[in-house]
Amino acid sequence: MSASGAAVPIIEATGLAHTFRVGGRQVEAVRGVDFEVRPGEIIGFLGPNGAGKTTTMRILTTLLKPTAGRAVVVGADVGADPGAVRRRIGYVAQSGGTDGNCRVAEELVTQARLYGIAKQDAVRRAADLCERLDLTGLADRPIRTLSGGQRRRTDIALGLVHQPPLVFLDEPSVGLDPQSRSDLWAHIRRLRDDLDTTVFLSTHYLDEADTLCDRILVMNHGRIIAEGTPDALKRRISGDVISLTLGGDADRAKAVLAECPGLDEIAVSGQTVRLTARGGEQALVWLLRTADQADLDLRSVNIARPTLDDVFLALTGSSLKENPS
Amino acid sequence: MSLIPASLLIFTRQMRLSLRSPAWPIIGLFQPALYLAFLGPLLVRVAGAGVDGLPAGAAWRFFVPGLLIQLGLFGPLFAGLSIIADLRSGVFERMRVTPVSRFALLAGRVMRDTVVLLVQTAVLLAVAYAFGLRAPVAGLLLMFLFVAAIAVGLSALSHGLGLLVRQEESFTPLLNAAAIPLLLLSGVLLPMTLAPQWLDILSRLTPFRYVIDGMRSALYGDYGSSAVAVGAGVALATAACCLALGARLFARRNA
Repeated sequence: MSASGAAVPIIEATGLAHTFRVGGRQVEAVRGVDFEVRPGEIIGFLGPNGAGKTTTMRILTTLLKPTAGRAVVVGADVGADPGAVRRRIGYVAQSGGTDGNCRVAEELVTQARLYGIAKQDAVRRAADLCERLDLTGLADRPIRTLSGGQRRRTDIALGLVHQPPLVFLDEPSVGLDPQSRSDLWAHIRRLRDDLDTTVFLSTHYLDEADTLCDRILVMNHGRIIAEGTPDALKRRISGDVISLTLGGDADRAKAVLAECPGLDEIAVSGQTVRLTARGGEQALVWLLRTADQADLDLRSVNIARPTLDDVFLALTGSSLKENPS
Repeated sequence: MSLIPASLLIFTRQMRLSLRSPAWPIIGLFQPALYLAFLGPLLVRVAGAGVDGLPAGAAWRFFVPGLLIQLGLFGPLFAGLSIIADLRSGVFERMRVTPVSRFALLAGRVMRDTVVLLVQTAVLLAVAYAFGLRAPVAGLLLMFLFVAAIAVGLSALSHGLGLLVRQEESFTPLLNAAAIPLLLLSGVLLPMTLAPQWLDILSRLTPFRYVIDGMRSALYGDYGSSAVAVGAGVALATAACCLALGARLFARRNA
């Protein structure tokens, strides 16, 4: 699995900031961002469009010069030694990087050779990648004839052809159908599992961050507002919501159930008692036992696990689902 | 990867893409032939009449350099449109993330535009020969050198400007606004010796005036004359400046 025994971070960002000048105005896209990424992690930037994810990524990939701060990526400073950084990273932009008139294999070969890989080797790697990413048989097709998923996989192949230890994927599954998305996730996991590649992705999809990432950096308005594993974030920020619908006196039930361990809040609404508690699974056991012992007329129970959207909501006051851009 | 192999890699890619496009042979090769076919009959009449300043019977040696400049101004000068397309598709970003020198990204593209213009020059000279152009071989070879310098300069400039402007809607009008005065002031269709003094002075401020005079002298066989040397000097200096400007724009951190 992940090789997080290594002490040296593969990315170290300190005080990164970038301000764009658009028209006459200044737009602070990134306002002081600090974080570290360990080798072998799949780490995600989660946030709405406009949060500064792409800008931060472009700084880390040496495509943009930060207006403040510094970053050390794969052991080289992005400002002082961009060439060294470029040699050992891969980058797949949000809208891809292919010309519709090129053929898949020839672009892969050219790309490999741009990294200094000899032609024979490049041809072999292109064939290899086509197989790994389900692009077999498409090698000589012009890219404009590929489907959305195939084109995306071609973009990713182009970012991986030189086998970099660190690869950046900006919104990798935008525009893909559900099957292609889960296929893509499987490919990304295999990258890390088989090749020890560190994957840095950005996304505004909660399920992607939740299922794919080892750690998440939550970003909004140019700042990182929270950081941690998906589970830790969910546990720390929001409790589980348990709803108990009763046949009898709900207020008496409230009084009884208020003793619940780990309780944050309890409220009654009609015949339903709603509790927010940490460690909802354990609380539920206590609640059911207590309701039974106190002879409360329990009709039904519902437990809602917190989602990353709840996390985002708690942190920013707005929902990621309603506010993707 | 060092500069020359990297540039050749980009050059090969760009050439492959051009050759694959069906528009290329049609527009690229017929264009020079059409210039001559439609202009030829008129030139012969004009030459026969012996217009003041225009040596009778030597019409072709007069007009061919102008047509080559015209090919340059409407070919390589517009090459920057391809970099705008590459910006839009993300291809340019993808190449910028690789360790390849930014100059190689420019040089490969410039080389492709130069090769295309040289091929067009060969076609134009061949068709002109069929129509009656007669010039010394050395003079004809010098045409290719002049054309190469023009192509390098205009292509580099165009690619650099394309990176700066980034939008076809602003880029094309900008280039048209520059190309047409440059064309008219360079003495392409009629000799500048006919011009009133104010027009002559304006013309002397543009590089193509000297380049065309140099090319014409070369076709007449006047190799030793100052016109050829000055024309060559201006062509090379323009190419060098444009290449330097293009290189700077390509090397920008936030291109």
